Amino acid sequence: MSHIQRFPSAAKAASTNPLKMSQPLGAALAYLGIDRCLPLFHGSQGCTAFGLVLLVRHFREAIPLQTTAMDQVATILGGYDNLEQAIRTIVERNKPAMIGVATTGVTETKGEDMGGQYTLFRQRNPDMADTALVFANTPDFAGGFEDGFAAAVTAMVERLVEPSPVRIPTQVNVLAGCHLSPGDVEELRDIIEGFGLSPIFLPDLSLSMAGRQPADFTATSLGGVTVDQIRAMGASAATIVVGEHMRVAGNALELKTDVPSHFFNRLTGLEATDKLVRLLTELSGKPAPARLRRQRESLVDAMLDGHFFYSRKRIAVALEPDLLYAVSGFLADMGAEVIAAVSPTQSPVLERLKAATIMVGDHSDVETLARDADLIVSNSHGRQGAARIGVPLHRMGLPLFDRLGAGLRVQVGYRGTRELLCDIGNLFLAREMDHEHGHESHDHGESHGCGGGSCGCNAV
Amino acid sequence: MLQDKIQDVFNEPGCATNQAKSAKEKKKGCTKSLKPGAAAGGCAYDGAMIVLQPIADAAHLVHGPIACLGNSWDNRGSKSSGSQLYRTGFTTDLSELDVIGGGEKKLYRAIKELVQQYDPPAVFVYQTCVPAMTGDDIAAVCKFAAQKLGKPVIPVESPGFVGSKNLGNKLAGEALLEHVIGTVEPDYTTPTDVCIIGEYNLAGELWLVKPLLDEIGIRLLSCISGDGRYREVAQAHRARVTMMVCSQALVNVGRKMEERYGIPYFEGSFYGVSDMSDTLRTMTRMLVERGADKSLIDRAEGVIAREESRVWRRLEPYKPRFDGKRVLLFTGGVKSWSMVSALEGAGLTILGTSTKKSTREDKERIKKMKGEEFHQWDDLKPRDIYKMLADNQADIMMSGGRSQFISLKAKVPWLDINQERHHAYAGYDGIVNLCEEIDKTLSNPIWGQVRQPAPWESGPSSTLLAAE
Repeated sequence: MSHIQRFPSAAKAASTNPLKMSQPLGAALAYLGIDRCLPLFHGSQGCTAFGLVLLVRHFREAIPLQTTAMDQVATILGGYDNLEQAIRTIVERNKPAMIGVATTGVTETKGEDMGGQYTLFRQRNPDMADTALVFANTPDFAGGFEDGFAAAVTAMVERLVEPSPVRIPTQVNVLAGCHLSPGDVEELRDIIEGFGLSPIFLPDLSLSMAGRQPADFTATSLGGVTVDQIRAMGASAATIVVGEHMRVAGNALELKTDVPSHFFNRLTGLEATDKLVRLLTELSGKPAPARLRRQRESLVDAMLDGHFFYSRKRIAVALEPDLLYAVSGFLADMGAEVIAAVSPTQSPVLERLKAATIMVGDHSDVETLARDADLIVSNSHGRQGAARIGVPLHRMGLPLFDRLGAGLRVQVGYRGTRELLCDIGNLFLAREMDHEHGHESHDHGESHGCGGGSCGCNAV
Repeated sequence: MLQDKIQDVFNEPGCATNQAKSAKEKKKGCTKSLKPGAAAGGCAYDGAMIVLQPIADAAHLVHGPIACLGNSWDNRGSKSSGSQLYRTGFTTDLSELDVIGGGEKKLYRAIKELVQQYDPPAVFVYQTCVPAMTGDDIAAVCKFAAQKLGKPVIPVESPGFVGSKNLGNKLAGEALLEHVIGTVEPDYTTPTDVCIIGEYNLAGELWLVKPLLDEIGIRLLSCISGDGRYREVAQAHRARVTMMVCSQALVNVGRKMEERYGIPYFEGSFYGVSDMSDTLRTMTRMLVERGADKSLIDRAEGVIAREESRVWRRLEPYKPRFDGKRVLLFTGGVKSWSMVSALEGAGLTILGTSTKKSTREDKERIKKMKGEEFHQWDDLKPRDIYKMLADNQADIMMSGGRSQFISLKAKVPWLDINQERHHAYAGYDGIVNLCEEIDKTLSNPIWGQVRQPAPWESGPSSTLLAAE
């Protein structure tokens, strides 16, 4: 029986080596998937600086992110003036299509009324009616990264999407949760377009964060879903909702537009992808393209080749809830045992996880729980603890500041699942080789290692 | 109370900029008022962490919601030769309930837990905006915890919204002056004990300098705070001379140590050959003036002569390669002039430097070195920098990590010379490292490739040529 240990109320007073990141940061990432957008933190300038550095280190991209620069006085007297001044300055200097505002601990402690401030701003600044404005409540002291991302997507749906009298049968919405990398979004686009459908991703990080070469310097996001496209989501034939944290936004979208939504808790794994392919076949009325069929075959083959190395492997996973769910599910599919699933925050998916220990915790908890694990799957912050207990680390999630191409990795669909399967499988394979040949020849590069003869070779 | 401290820091007489101000200007302080929607840079809490976190064996506990530590930990390259405890991120991770009901009890429990589990020589507790707003009295909690647990627990009152990173540096310095420096006596003292302030051992830079001090016979009693140990920092009051590495940031510490303990201080830099030699000369001269043996000066001159001839010999191969290469330099404060001399020594041409974070003195110094025509940019917009680079007005940009994409997106070589860099540039060996890095990036073959037009951009004639 799995149990959920709750942190920190009972366990510890200090979070040690945090896994959790703040809500506004998640909101910023969601806003970065909108074309010509400038995310704005309503708080002290430090809130923005830290978030900026973290995203720059992960994506290795310029990150547009501004601040209302609340000082002590503004914090006490109220932040509306700073907010108005910030928005006006941004519009005048950078002319973005949209400004996405996220509150912080500073403004939420004061209890700024964001709904009222939105109305007041619009009344006082009719000259800026062309700039889309979205406000999300994202206090630092509640929830975490995933919740902030969800809040921003919900806010965009509520503020921008319009009901439509017409239906475009080939247009499909995808609410893409933060567990999907820009590479994942690109992969999903390929899959969906393969059925002759035109997807609108909200947000679309594949267009803005997958490595751009601008023709000129821009202070706003470069690429992403456009505000007009978001407005047109009401005309789509269906909405694909990816991840539990997108469920609220999905419901809001359906409520507003009557576009039926289809929920996917994950898109990593053979059966999970099969489910998506069935839906796309149904929506398009077209058979799966040959390329996708080949990819499925290749994944099945990789599962057969790779399962030897996964069986009963003991793995600790520490990631944001929906990614945690997707990866734990995939590992279980391959016959591995998830001995610990650690989430930075509470989420309904934790109840559905299959793991020996499920808890809301931090990297120090992982270090304790993973002592006899074969592998840890977590972000780059996990490397210190993994090194201390001598367990290999497979890096996933965010931030990944010690790997190139962090945003481009693909782990959804048949092809992405195969990539993930091989990446993790290779870690096990390398270990087995080390152990088998460790005594005789450490530096014999050519020594053959086949992982228990399962490769079908003749080596003994 | 915090207001008094901030006002005190603003009155800093050791600061040249401050001296030039009227009483009214002084009161306004040195934090430039930030423009909402067009501001950049860290907050006061960030600044305090920069100064104190390199104290490697202490525990650093952030009292605040998750943003303050969760988004920022594990992101600096300050190195330690021993304890790695400073790399562990501790935070009270304040929840909604703590905001409503107060976080003081949770803070005390957090201090207690980490003392029991890690037994550090001291705990630094950092105040942040939210608990400062709700009125958590971290000074009282720290005092109580120190008594109960029998350990120094130091409150660092520098919540983000009081001002900039620079102000946070100074407030961290105040915390050291009030709670740490002078609380531990060294086992023994020598006439050549020095304290270095404002050196954070980024990428291990201190280790390029310390062997030279050892060789000359200077004992590094205390470094604030690179590769620091709590006890060493607490013994700083027994130093004979203090060196200020980044004068702007911690001038209050140097001056107050002079006032309280009679330790004279000087401003120096480890960047560039001549600055490095000047620093060694000044340090030894001041130590001798305070009673150290005169032979110290001869030993220093010996080391300087040997190292200088070695470094010039090692830089020789770069000179022809750097001939005519133009550098855009974007860094703040002391580095703006000390880097200029270092790079010109290696044969590079410096087009100009930013002086956003420099003092009037820094600017005067550059003017004296380079003349009136030399560009000193106070506030250059990213777009303008991009344009200069894209128009081929420079061959390389050197700056901090945040502006790297201005250069890289313009397809112009870039080198990190700020806190996140992976290479040590201090001392004589450091300048050779720097030139090696510049040469590596300038001569990398990618630049020619990435500037090629895409196949669909080139005209039909070039396609034909390629086909033949």
